[in-house]
Amino acid sequence: MNPNYSVATHSSSSTLATNKLIRNTYTLLSMTLLFSAGTAAVGVMMNLSQGMALGATIAAIAMLWFVLPRTANSAMGIPVIFGITGLLGLGLGPVLNYYLAVNPSIVMTALGGTGAIFLGLSAYALTTRKDFSFMAGFLMVGLIVVIGASLLNIFLSIPALSLAVSAAVIMIMSGFILFQTSSMVNGGETNYIMATASLFLSIINMFQALLHILGAFNNND
Amino acid sequence: MDWVQIGSAIFLGAMLIFIFPRMRHAVKNAPKGSNKDWLNYLMIMVVVGLFIMLLIQMV
Repeated sequence: MNPNYSVATHSSSSTLATNKLIRNTYTLLSMTLLFSAGTAAVGVMMNLSQGMALGATIAAIAMLWFVLPRTANSAMGIPVIFGITGLLGLGLGPVLNYYLAVNPSIVMTALGGTGAIFLGLSAYALTTRKDFSFMAGFLMVGLIVVIGASLLNIFLSIPALSLAVSAAVIMIMSGFILFQTSSMVNGGETNYIMATASLFLSIINMFQALLHILGAFNNND
Repeated sequence: MDWVQIGSAIFLGAMLIFIFPRMRHAVKNAPKGSNKDWLNYLMIMVVVGLFIMLLIQMV
């Protein structure tokens, strides 16, 4: 066999696999986002308590840590990812209820803003095909710092620290979107269910942080 | 302090414990970025920051 032909065939099959991964990831991501929007609406209509919302979020994270890695390579991964995203959407109920009561335009602006940031960052990573794998350590350290600061602020209740954490969350989640998208393009991630879970978490965390920031700077209160 | 705050604190503590080994692994094994790579990331974050300031003006 001509070696050049072999290289070209391998390169073309690799590109096809990458394109399939990206298409499957964005299809599943769109479906899970719609599903979680539906469960969030249920959470709002049911006037879910904060305790119930916390329970739904903990259940979702437990499934993400302990169930999804075991099922992501099988057909069971699909109902599991819908379960996780549905519970995370349900957990947004009390937060959405609060901001809808304060000023509904905050929720719409945060939703549109999150969508625009996600589309912009994804388009940048997909078109430039730059490798953002160098950010892995930085993003994980940032995540630890943000979680630590959030934990500290439960006891301290400093509004400025809470705002700083939200700003940091937006920057870190933006980094995770770049990292995850470039990971799909450059072959670091090959499972579309795991890629969807990672992108979904970045989007939902960014949305909550943006809600908090826009709510804090809202002129109508 | 109510039980939701206590639950949140336990949840965040568990997240720290769960993520910490992954963070150490990522710090040790991730490839190092050049100054150009980091400058590129910084520029993107500046654009994101400016966009959020625009959103703040809108609400």
